[in-house]
Amino acid sequence: MAHSARRDSPELPDFSMLKRLVKDQLIYLLEQLPGKKDLFIEADLMSPLDRIANVSILKQHEVDKLYKVEYKPVMSTSEQLCFLIRPRIQTVKWICDVVNADKTAGKCRRYKLIFTPQKFYACEAVLEEEGIFGDVSTDEWTFNLLPLDEDILSLELPEFFQDYFLAGDQRWVRTAGTALHLLHSLYGPFSKVYGIGRCSKMVYELWREQVEEGEQKAHQAEIGKVFLIDRDVDFVTPLCSQVVYEGLVDDIFRIKCGGYQSSSWRGCVEFGPDVTSSDKSVKVMLNSQDKVFNEIRNEHFSNVFGFLSQKARNLQTAYDKRRGMDIKQIKAFVSEELKGLKQEHRQLSLHIGASESIMKKKTKQDFQELLKTEHSLLEGFEIRECISFIEEHMNRQVSMIESLRLLCLLSITENGLLPKDYRSLKAQYLQSYGVDHLFTFVSLRQLGLLVEQQPGDTLTVMESKVGKLVNDKTAGKLTDAFSSLAKKSNFRALSRKLSLVPKSDEEYDLRVPRDMAYIFSGAYIPLSCKLIEQVLERDSWTGLEEVTRLLNGHEFAAAGSSGADLSEKNDAQRIILVMFLGGCTFSEISALRFLGRERGYRFIVVTTAITNSSRLLEALLDNHV
Amino acid sequence: MMKSKADEEDFWNSSKCKPFTFDDEDDEFSKLKESKQTVKNIRPLVDEDEDEDDVEKISWSGEPVGSISWSVRETAASSQRTEREPAFPKINTDTPAISRSLSGYSLSALFKGGTAQSDSSVRLYAPELRKPKSEYKDIVSDWSPEHTVQRMQQGKVVHLEKFRSLQDKLLLLDFAVSAHDGNVITAVLIYLKRTLSKEVLFRELESRQTALRHFIHYLTETRDQRLLLELLRSRTSPLLQYKEHLSIADENKRRDFLKSCLSLPFSPEDSAHVQDHYTLLERQIIIEATDRHAERGGKVEIFQKFPRRASILNMPLITTLYYCCFYHYHESEGTYSSPLNIRQTFRISDKQYFVTALAARAKLKAWSDVDALFTSRNWLGFTRKKSPLSFQRVVDILHRNSAPTQVLQEYVGLVDDSDLRISLAQKHKCHDIVINTYRDLKDRQLLLGYLSKVERGSAEAGKINQLLSNQQIRWRN
Repeated sequence: MAHSARRDSPELPDFSMLKRLVKDQLIYLLEQLPGKKDLFIEADLMSPLDRIANVSILKQHEVDKLYKVEYKPVMSTSEQLCFLIRPRIQTVKWICDVVNADKTAGKCRRYKLIFTPQKFYACEAVLEEEGIFGDVSTDEWTFNLLPLDEDILSLELPEFFQDYFLAGDQRWVRTAGTALHLLHSLYGPFSKVYGIGRCSKMVYELWREQVEEGEQKAHQAEIGKVFLIDRDVDFVTPLCSQVVYEGLVDDIFRIKCGGYQSSSWRGCVEFGPDVTSSDKSVKVMLNSQDKVFNEIRNEHFSNVFGFLSQKARNLQTAYDKRRGMDIKQIKAFVSEELKGLKQEHRQLSLHIGASESIMKKKTKQDFQELLKTEHSLLEGFEIRECISFIEEHMNRQVSMIESLRLLCLLSITENGLLPKDYRSLKAQYLQSYGVDHLFTFVSLRQLGLLVEQQPGDTLTVMESKVGKLVNDKTAGKLTDAFSSLAKKSNFRALSRKLSLVPKSDEEYDLRVPRDMAYIFSGAYIPLSCKLIEQVLERDSWTGLEEVTRLLNGHEFAAAGSSGADLSEKNDAQRIILVMFLGGCTFSEISALRFLGRERGYRFIVVTTAITNSSRLLEALLDNHV
Repeated sequence: MMKSKADEEDFWNSSKCKPFTFDDEDDEFSKLKESKQTVKNIRPLVDEDEDEDDVEKISWSGEPVGSISWSVRETAASSQRTEREPAFPKINTDTPAISRSLSGYSLSALFKGGTAQSDSSVRLYAPELRKPKSEYKDIVSDWSPEHTVQRMQQGKVVHLEKFRSLQDKLLLLDFAVSAHDGNVITAVLIYLKRTLSKEVLFRELESRQTALRHFIHYLTETRDQRLLLELLRSRTSPLLQYKEHLSIADENKRRDFLKSCLSLPFSPEDSAHVQDHYTLLERQIIIEATDRHAERGGKVEIFQKFPRRASILNMPLITTLYYCCFYHYHESEGTYSSPLNIRQTFRISDKQYFVTALAARAKLKAWSDVDALFTSRNWLGFTRKKSPLSFQRVVDILHRNSAPTQVLQEYVGLVDDSDLRISLAQKHKCHDIVINTYRDLKDRQLLLGYLSKVERGSAEAGKINQLLSNQQIRWRN
């Protein structure tokens, strides 16, 4: 790809400071409980913790044994128990049981609860109710940003999505605001903040409050602009099959860390024996440190083979150089090149194995046909054929999640299903996968992912009238009441307005991508990323009024801190932080990296968690009403 | 949707979708295999001077020795061991650890005193991170709802009992909502729940959607099912009540519970689904009892040949249908386990029935049953093959159930589209169909090309040669 005409992308800020801060804070908290202690860690905190600290650090601070929180009676004989947990009522109740059991047995210990990223009143209320408030000490570990890679920061809160979008609980909104504030105080001041979505607006306001409370520190900004976006602004993108290498790896090798199935990407992948061509699985950290991976992560899968075979040939040549060397040359070769070559060899064989395994899995399940159906849904073409494909998919009881994914994609792109179709598809789904899924359908409707078309558009008209007539404060309440109606997707109109679907008669060369559509084989430009592109281009929402109306509003743009340096010469102005509230996919990250290369920006993605279609939908399977 | 058939084919074949396919035996795929070979061949070169796994430990295992997950597993393993040992309190002999923490290495010293080693730049930017909130202690006299909410957001001590009148309580709640902090909203709600009668609280929540949703989520999390049902009486509560069945393990109790749900005020649509659920479980219980008995008796051949892998209880309807097509296919319509009876009772569509029966009979390799599924007679008495499913899909299902070529051939031949037919025939090695199609197309070149793909001297090769030398055919090329 030729970038010569473009400005070089600026350097990314160094996020290792974030790790150091949380590590120091953890050590400080551990020292608050001097002496030997056993540490209980919440299962989903183990692998993020692994990236911050290791056992020897914990041991240095007198942690004796480590346990996973498993909701079972504790075996520990230690005099002091420390619990490192998420603020979940279930976990706190378990700890109450542990403490009360000790009390009954006449055992005397010291207990410390460390909540991360913060404690909730509801948890303390449980301690109070169970009569152990005061018997335990509590603290907070503000671990709210984990650098997953040089340009990805994660809040590691996959539950943000269900809690906010499904249950309507705003408990994590402040957490997101605090994370943004931390980035602002370390790498800011930000010069401009854009956003779209209700949650984004709240996060922005909470961040603003914290900026005003705190003192201004004047220093050179490393991040210029910020874009906040709610996941429900664009559900289409995360529901599409990923075909960029990093996304495919995420879709196919469900990430397991610490021996349990994780609900979110923690940056490492477990490759099974089929990939490693040996009898054991390998856990691999996939990030920019892996040079082979770094070169193919953003590529469309079709380009990966060519790249890998070229690499393999180069490697062969490099090794072959050894032949005919004298001793001195061999010595130099071993000390200078061999280590690098060996590492590359290892990485290469792993990615070849992974690609092979991806091919096998995808050919087995008619991936080609699945993609065709997705593409026609995106284009709004041959919908009847698509419906019958989905029906067959369900009738044959192929993957329950895939079927659901296609149903949702159908509903969003078609702006809801005809009542007749809705009823028949729902019935067939329940017949194939169980009537229990009635709850799943309730959740899907609540989120606007799978809905019946309303008779006529009368309600939206009424809604917009109401919105115009009353002032902001009351309108907020009224729109809440209409929230189920406000979630009309309007995908078709948006797609036309923003040209999200390139014309099908044009050739699309995936080797030389011309726009972000390459991440979906040239069939669709991700809505989320397109919005970001448009707003950055205009430096405002002006001219996008029709688009924001179709997206149900809640857009904003505001100047950042007063101390910010606005001059265009400043490199920081081309470093853009994009915060996804409710998760983002690797495909979106790849699209933004592409946009950055094209326009001379560097994007930093902050997300509540890395998501994909399966995680998004699985979150709704066990969460009802 | 208005595009013509030609357009459609155009679309599927358009270059946009073409440059890459996930079909196997693609050029790209063979390239990949080649690369794999190359890399594999390098392996001996590497191994001969491999200085053991030390590199592996650092960069390739996501779980290096010394990682936390690794250590937790160690604890789990060792605690199983120690369980059997007498549990003496361990005597602490770890003096080195203590002396280390006294040796000025301690980080708490760094926080409190700010010794010279501390990184001042970090401390300057984010002092709030280093100081736990519990260290803030101050006395305040302003107890306005606004200020109280602010203090709660900062994790400071507040006195909610000052808010006694309903008006004050609601003001507090409204301020919490407008601060967007879910934690504070829930905290206020917990206080209101304690100090207001539920009638009053519920009434006030009706007009406060955000607070209401927080309250529902709080009750769900604390598993306060009773209050939750009362609160949601008019909303989705029949479903919520129905959901209880998931916690009933005994199938008879579950069935009775489902029966009691039938009278709940569901929407007409959901009511039909719940009714079906009940009928299905009732039936599954009967089938399970009969079949378990038959299987134990050892007299029924099919259970001997294909032992059941799991109980049919609580399986979805389609799974149940599949099960019955597998074990009870030829039963008369009068029995509970007859596929036809199930089809009728649950209003199963032709397509659903057809797909399921096809898969089940193909799995058993009962090809005559498969054949019969397609055969229909028109009013003149002629038989012909009909399918509610495209024949392409039929071939796919048969192939997955490892149908022999003779069986596949018959259905491949029924595929309408000639290109699709040829590609399917090639994939499944139905040579006759390929040869006949090329003959019908009068395409000598393609036929010649195909000669290299069949075994030399085979019947197919003979047939091709015969056609090629046939003077009667007027070849197009």
